[in-house]
This record gives sequence, structure tokens and C-alpha cells, in this order.
Amino acid sequence: MYRDLKEHVIKLLKADTRLDGRKPLEFRKPVTVEYGVSKTAEGSAKVKIGGTEVIVGVKLEIMEPYPDTPDKGTIMVGAELLPLSNPEFESGPPGIQAIELARVVDRGIRESKALDFKKLCIKEGEKIWCVVIDICSINDEGNLLDASALAALAALKDARFPKFDGDKVDYAEKTDEKLPLSREPLPVTVIKIGDNFIVDPLTDEEKVIEARLTVASTKEGNLCAMQKGGDAPLTTDEISKMVDIAVDKAKELRGAL
Amino acid sequence: MMAYEKRAHGRGFDDLREITAKVGVIPRADGSAYFKIGGTAAYAAVYGPRNLYPRFLQNPQTGILRCHYNMMPFSGKGERVRPGGSRRSKEISLVTEKAITPVLNLEDYPNSVVDVFIELPETAAGSRCAGICAASMALADAGLNMKDLVAAISVGKVGDKIVVDLNTEEEAYEDGSVDIPIAMLPSNGRITLLQMDGELKKEELMQALEKGKKALLKIYDIQKNALKEKYQVEENV
Repeated sequence: MYRDLKEHVIKLLKADTRLDGRKPLEFRKPVTVEYGVSKTAEGSAKVKIGGTEVIVGVKLEIMEPYPDTPDKGTIMVGAELLPLSNPEFESGPPGIQAIELARVVDRGIRESKALDFKKLCIKEGEKIWCVVIDICSINDEGNLLDASALAALAALKDARFPKFDGDKVDYAEKTDEKLPLSREPLPVTVIKIGDNFIVDPLTDEEKVIEARLTVASTKEGNLCAMQKGGDAPLTTDEISKMVDIAVDKAKELRGAL
Repeated sequence: MMAYEKRAHGRGFDDLREITAKVGVIPRADGSAYFKIGGTAAYAAVYGPRNLYPRFLQNPQTGILRCHYNMMPFSGKGERVRPGGSRRSKEISLVTEKAITPVLNLEDYPNSVVDVFIELPETAAGSRCAGICAASMALADAGLNMKDLVAAISVGKVGDKIVVDLNTEEEAYEDGSVDIPIAMLPSNGRITLLQMDGELKKEELMQALEKGKKALLKIYDIQKNALKEKYQVEENV
């Protein structure tokens, strides 16, 4: 499938260019972040990378802690690849692409300990805050994963606790208190096609991917989550190069926040 | 009964909340629109007419319209809304289809389907009406043959007053509130959506419908202007 398209993409990459005229390691421009796009969410953000557009909303809910972490709050990440955003997406329960996307974003935030989970505990063994992050695609022209992760981080930064009297949450009223967000993990996906690496793939480029590596890194350049995808294996040398690219591009994307 | 004297933000009883409307907001779709009224925002995307699968659903006599109304999980006024269809969203999808079908010439698209996806990032009363307004603009943006647009708004009674475009507080007004979402074909005044919650005298219903019709003509102008903004013909070129 897509054999001709793949040949074409590789030919372009040999000439150091792509379907839309970009360099291999160039993101589409502009990358924009708009905060507070949903007043009903405790925090929200809309991210556009070129034509790709994603909205993320954060809701804060009270729940009982998990038995193995009685003094820690938690997060939950859901992704909906809405049929509104792409003619190939269908209604119904999340497919594997949506589940993978949500889990990669989840791990980036969870494993970097970006949120101080102990501060999300209200009463040990009884009540904690659960930070629910929902990703909704609006227009998919490629690279939903990086756009979603950037929007998730932006929505976390935008979030304010609702009023809580120790018993009930009043969602109509927000306080000034922000989430205990100490680090800002940001995943970037690096793609391998032929012998070439690219970032920020278009929909047509996503169709001819051989391997991809998503690397979440912190501001300091530490790695906090990874996910390899695609059918082709990678050498350690290739992984090393891809990690460098991801960390470098994360720094660039952070500028949009 | 206590008199309902004043609306929030100095709004008159016949006044609409602030409206923003735009078409062509989702480039991947065949047609799309954004319609925001007060704190309620709706995106609508149209895909089709396209082949309908599974094939046994196809009708060689006519195309069909499928509307999908969905609230994003963070768009409710209280707790998170669980993703996936609810009974409420299915019913709203159904009445949306019925509200819009009369303006389309679906016989022109045998064996096909026109899919309309309505997604709400934030809601504060009147979400089905906002969805219908956005959907009809998106269908026009998709270039479908249409007899008219469809405009929708909720009217009703708060306390002792007949009002247009109820907000969240008014829907929950403790001295009684009646909510009547309506949709209309603006060019001939015919009604394509009519629901009601609450208790009302018949005269009050007729009064509410009259007020609603006037408000819907204002919405119709806003919808048309949004389309004109995208499809402006440059003169003297």
C-alpha cells in the first residue's frame, strides 16, 4: 500500500525537502497555544500545529485513593479522535490509535512526576483529587500526538481548582489555586522513513512511516517516557539520534507555551 | 409567584446572548462551522454525501442524513461527562436530524449518507439549538443544495416572564422555568424542532413562539453574514 507515495516522499527527502516544502526536521508554522477555550473545564487549551488542531480540557474530581497509594492523587488521560476531525475516524469507543495516544501523554506526565501527587491528596485513605485530562481532535492534518501532548501540558498550566468546602465541589466557582505542576514534560515524535528522520508528519507522511519514536523530555533535557511505533526495527545508533532530535525540538515547542 | 425582574448582564427579556459565527473552521471536513452563543459553543463538521456502509442501509431512492451530537467530556457545567453516547445525546441527535432534513434535497444523493458531527467544547444552556445553527451553516459550507438555512433558539418562561434564549441560571430558576427549544426555516417561518419542559398556558406558548420567531430572524442574519464572509464575491475584478 502507498508504494508510490512512499517512493515520492523518499525522493523528496533525498533532496532535503518534503510534500509541503519543509525541511525534514522542521515543524509546521505557526505553532499556537490558546488558553481557556472552555469555560466549563477547570483548565483548557487549544493547540494548532499548522492545520492540525486539538482541544484539551482538564476536569478536577474528588475520588477515593487507590489502596496502594492512599496518600496520592492521580491523573486520568482520555483521547477522542473525533469523527469530526478526519473522514477516516469513526464514532464509537476509542480505537487503538486513541488509546495509544492517551497512554503516551499519560506516561509523559505521570513518570516525569510533573504533578506533585502528594499535594493532590485531601485526606489520606479517603479523598484525593483526580486530574482528568481529555483530548479532543478538531482537525487532523497529521501529528495529533505531539499536538495533543502540547495541549495537555498547556491545559494543566491553565487549570485552577474549583471551590471545595471539604465535602462538595462547587464547579461554578473557581479559585486562584493552580495545580502543583513542577515540571513540564513534552513529548516529540521522530519518524524514520527510508534512511531519513523527520518530525511533525503530515497525514500522507504518516501513511508511509517505517518506525517512529516518541520521546518525552523535561525542560532540563531529561527523558521521562518513550514509545516506539511502526514496523521497522531501530539500531541503538538511530535511537540515539532520534532522542537528540526529540529533546532539541521539545525545547523549540516549549516556546509556544 | 415572585416577579422575575431582571436578567443577568442587563439583558432584555427578548435579547439574545452574544453570538459568534464562522464557517470553514475544519479544513478536513467537506463543510464546517462554529457557532457560539453566550457560554455555549458548537463545532459542526459535514462529511458527504458519501457512500453508505454497511450496504443494506443504502436506499436507492434517497440519501440519508445522520447527525451526531456529542458533548466533550469537560463541557458540562458540573462533573466530567463520560465519553460515549448517552440516551440524551442520542435523542438530541435524532431531533437535530428532523430539524434539518426539511431543507435538504436528499433524493439527489441515492445510496448515500450525509454525516453531520456536532461537538461542544463548552455548554451553558441551549446546546442543541447552537448545534443545529452550526450544523445548517456547515451544510451550506459543504455546498449542498439547500432550500433554506435552519435557525434555532430556546424560548420559555422564567418566573412570570416570557423570555428568549434562557441561560443556565434561568433554566434552574427556583420559582419555575419553562424551556422550549425551537428551530425554524427563516424564509417561511415553519417550525422544525419543538420540545418543551415545564408548565405553561397555551397563550403563553403562542407568545413565546412569536418572540422566538423574531429572535430567529436575527440569528438567520448572523448565519448568512458568516457565510458571506467566506464566500464574498470580489466585484470589479
